[in-house]
Amino acid sequence: MLNDNYEMVVGLEVHAELSTDTKIYCGCKNQFGLEVNTQCCPICTGMPGTLPTLNEKVVEYAVKMGHALNCTINRICKQDRKNYFYPDLPKAYQISQFDIPLCEHGYVDILVDGEEKRIGVTRIHIEEDAGKLIHDDSFAGSLVDFNRCGVPLIEIVSEPDFRSSAEAKAYLDTIRSILIYLGISDGKMQEGSIRCDVNVSVRKKGDTEFGTRCEMKNVNSFSGAVRAIEYEAARQVEVLENGGTVSQETRRWDDAKGQNFLLRSKEDAHDYRYFPEPDLPTIVLEQEYVDRLKEQIPELPNKKIARYMKDYGLNQGDATLLVEQMEKAALFEETLACGKVSAKNVSNWILVDLSKYMNETKKSIADTKLTPQKLCQLIQKVEQGVISNTAGKTVFEVLLVEDREVDEVIEEKGLKQISDSSALEAVVNEVLSNNQKSIDDYKNGKTNALGYLVGQCMKATKGQGNPAMMKEMILAYLENH
Amino acid sequence: MELYQKTAAELSKMLRNKECSAVEVTKSVFDRIRQKEDTVGAYVTLTEDKALEKAGEVDQKLAAGEELSPLAGIPVGVKDNICTQGILTSCASKMLYNFVPPYNATAYDKLLKQDMVITGKCNMDEFAMGSSTETSYFKKTANPHDPSRVPGGSSGGSAAAVSAGEAIVALGSDTGGSIRQPAGFCGIVGLKPTYGSVSRYGLVAFASSLDQIGPMGKSVADTAMLYTAICGRDPMDATSAAREYPDFYQNLNSNVKGLTIGIPKEYFGEGIEPEVKQMVMDAVKLLEQNGATVKEISLPSTGYALNAYYIIASAEASSNLARYDGVKYGYRTSEYTSLEDMYLKTRSEGFGDEVKRRIMLGTFVLSSGYYDAYYKRAKLLQKQIAAEFAAAFEGCDVIATPTTPYSAFKLGENIDDPLKMYAGDICTVTVNIAGLPAMSLPCGMDSKGMPVGMQLIGPKFSEQTLFDAAFGYESLVGGFTTSAVEK
Repeated sequence: MLNDNYEMVVGLEVHAELSTDTKIYCGCKNQFGLEVNTQCCPICTGMPGTLPTLNEKVVEYAVKMGHALNCTINRICKQDRKNYFYPDLPKAYQISQFDIPLCEHGYVDILVDGEEKRIGVTRIHIEEDAGKLIHDDSFAGSLVDFNRCGVPLIEIVSEPDFRSSAEAKAYLDTIRSILIYLGISDGKMQEGSIRCDVNVSVRKKGDTEFGTRCEMKNVNSFSGAVRAIEYEAARQVEVLENGGTVSQETRRWDDAKGQNFLLRSKEDAHDYRYFPEPDLPTIVLEQEYVDRLKEQIPELPNKKIARYMKDYGLNQGDATLLVEQMEKAALFEETLACGKVSAKNVSNWILVDLSKYMNETKKSIADTKLTPQKLCQLIQKVEQGVISNTAGKTVFEVLLVEDREVDEVIEEKGLKQISDSSALEAVVNEVLSNNQKSIDDYKNGKTNALGYLVGQCMKATKGQGNPAMMKEMILAYLENH
Repeated sequence: MELYQKTAAELSKMLRNKECSAVEVTKSVFDRIRQKEDTVGAYVTLTEDKALEKAGEVDQKLAAGEELSPLAGIPVGVKDNICTQGILTSCASKMLYNFVPPYNATAYDKLLKQDMVITGKCNMDEFAMGSSTETSYFKKTANPHDPSRVPGGSSGGSAAAVSAGEAIVALGSDTGGSIRQPAGFCGIVGLKPTYGSVSRYGLVAFASSLDQIGPMGKSVADTAMLYTAICGRDPMDATSAAREYPDFYQNLNSNVKGLTIGIPKEYFGEGIEPEVKQMVMDAVKLLEQNGATVKEISLPSTGYALNAYYIIASAEASSNLARYDGVKYGYRTSEYTSLEDMYLKTRSEGFGDEVKRRIMLGTFVLSSGYYDAYYKRAKLLQKQIAAEFAAAFEGCDVIATPTTPYSAFKLGENIDDPLKMYAGDICTVTVNIAGLPAMSLPCGMDSKGMPVGMQLIGPKFSEQTLFDAAFGYESLVGGFTTSAVEK
């Protein structure tokens, strides 16, 4: 925890790879994990004389993200060259956007401990990814894999609006879920689809001026971002507490060591010599096109979570889990629309039983035979006491793999709950007369004997007896005898 | 008259009339190359086997009665910064001394589709930076009129080859005058097309916003034929214009009646040799006597154009040439201790002085703190210059100027004085800055016995007007006789 006298000020730069079919400036496939240097061509490897042509899908995706983050869309903007030397950058410049980004002046609402907080989004711009260096003991030097060269990226820059690492984490989760909702990025952290740079400064509580900030590179996971922020804020506080001053620098986060290291000081900062990319014409978007994309934005996950909490009384954890995967949220809402049924129950069935099945089988909801109508009917049957919860699970398992009617499955499996009191009374009496020892145990204070007796009754009814009713009957007997 | 002395238009007719074969034409050109190349040095690479093979194919097709392009079977030289699949494309630099591209430039691809016969790759200033073809890593090219003089540059190899009869026509590239100036120095015709009319895909970039591939030939008709073959929209080049182009050769019209020629006083001022001024004005007068109207105009920002040009071109070059880092292809230093050391040595050893000078200049003008003072102001000046041209074209169809302040200078005369060398581009750079088309055509020989070029500039996409005006002049003088094919 940070020294109580200080607060941290954090800003984030998120790089997200867009899931377009092809790369940003050539026709190569945009696909992760393929054999080294098989997904590149003279254009994305910057061979002499080759020229870039912009993939319009990249603009479409970026504008969608701009709408989702409430940005102004710059309908007229340009692309710029960012010049620097590195072996994974075959042109020795990255085509990016400098002073006129595609989207700017936006915001996004995040939820931290159930509270909404608004985070400013400075800008979103489009750019190309670089290749990857491969270091291995089996060869001297380094090799370059150019497959990632020209993979389209958007860089989302936030305002320095975070005051805790938890806020930063919530923002990253929100950005990721929005990317996935829009279908513009696969959001796979382990494949590097989302990466971030972290800017941290600290100041005395109550101060209005920002402190000097440091930028941290090489933050490869959201949990790593939390650790990196905590570490850097603490480091800066320690510097200040020891009477020193924080100097503006770029530091490299080493997640394994849990420490960061100086990469370069302000004096050594790169001069990227940005200038307008002469190979690409100005981007000009029609207002109508921009508006049409806005209409395609679905209800976004952060808004959905807030609505589930407010309208259905779900807690933030369950609401978040439901919303995380679009198809779960869709099933949740469609099931509720099918009939009168408890939202909490629907949420539980999806988050517990369905999620377990999906995890085990690696299947999506679309891969199952389950429909919202059937899930609704099933839950209604349980809620009405027509079948027990346990029987419900049996039916559910069938509904996942077979296209059958709920009633039909209940009938066939003989799962209908017996709620006829005279029938149940006969069973209860039978069980009680055969289990005197348990009756004695109960009376001697071993209350779990009650569970045993109910269990015996369930067994006798082959699971169909209404357990609540039978429990009532047993208790009534025990109290009267 | 030997076949290599003829124009493409003449050879095209002869091939169809079976007066000669394509193989005979190609052999004639290569015989001429064997005769002249030791003195002229127009080529970096010769591709005789491929040329003869192609010529043989053309003869077979002609014999079979196939409908072929008028350029089929015509030997063409290609500047060495235009990518040719399977053929060394060195840009006359040590940096790319071994670079064989696995792809074709679009313009070159179009030549192949026309069944043209490629003679080889023409020498040039390294990475097209220079005005004399003296900065080539491989060799200096001599002016075929006088081997002690330069052929101009940077397309000096292309110009010398055409002038000497070592190719019938050639492709050059023009960033600040690199087609027009050597055409003028060698006594041939060269067109720098409207920016965006010829694809730049596969043209090794010098200054992307100024570069343009263009045709060079001994006659206006040849230049028009070759331009018709290479122009057109290319989806591989986002800066290529989406429009249709006519057959400029078929449309040629020599009538200059009604043509209004603007004479900008700024292009006839100090620094232009009186003899050159006189010859250009004589040419204009001849057009006037035959029905053209001549008026004086003003392009007031001309004096700043060289500064703007060298800032913009160098800035883009510093970025475009950054990719030559020794990592993937081309030259890499043999010994190095670290990545940075490899970069430093590779680039120090691989680039010549002129290229380094421009990279440093370009890097400087783009640096933070200097960007606004140099690059940004140069870009503003570019707008101003373009606007002045646009305004001038409200009152005239073409603008006539000298192509260069003087005719071909001696080898070595300017090479150690970059500023003097740069100043020679004064008449041509404005055209690139404004993205306009312009031609250089010969207007006679000066007292040194060297050709002098007249430049005709037109509004964007006015190539037909330029060809017609030039064709009119060519017809009035009874055809151009300023090439060195007779020498």
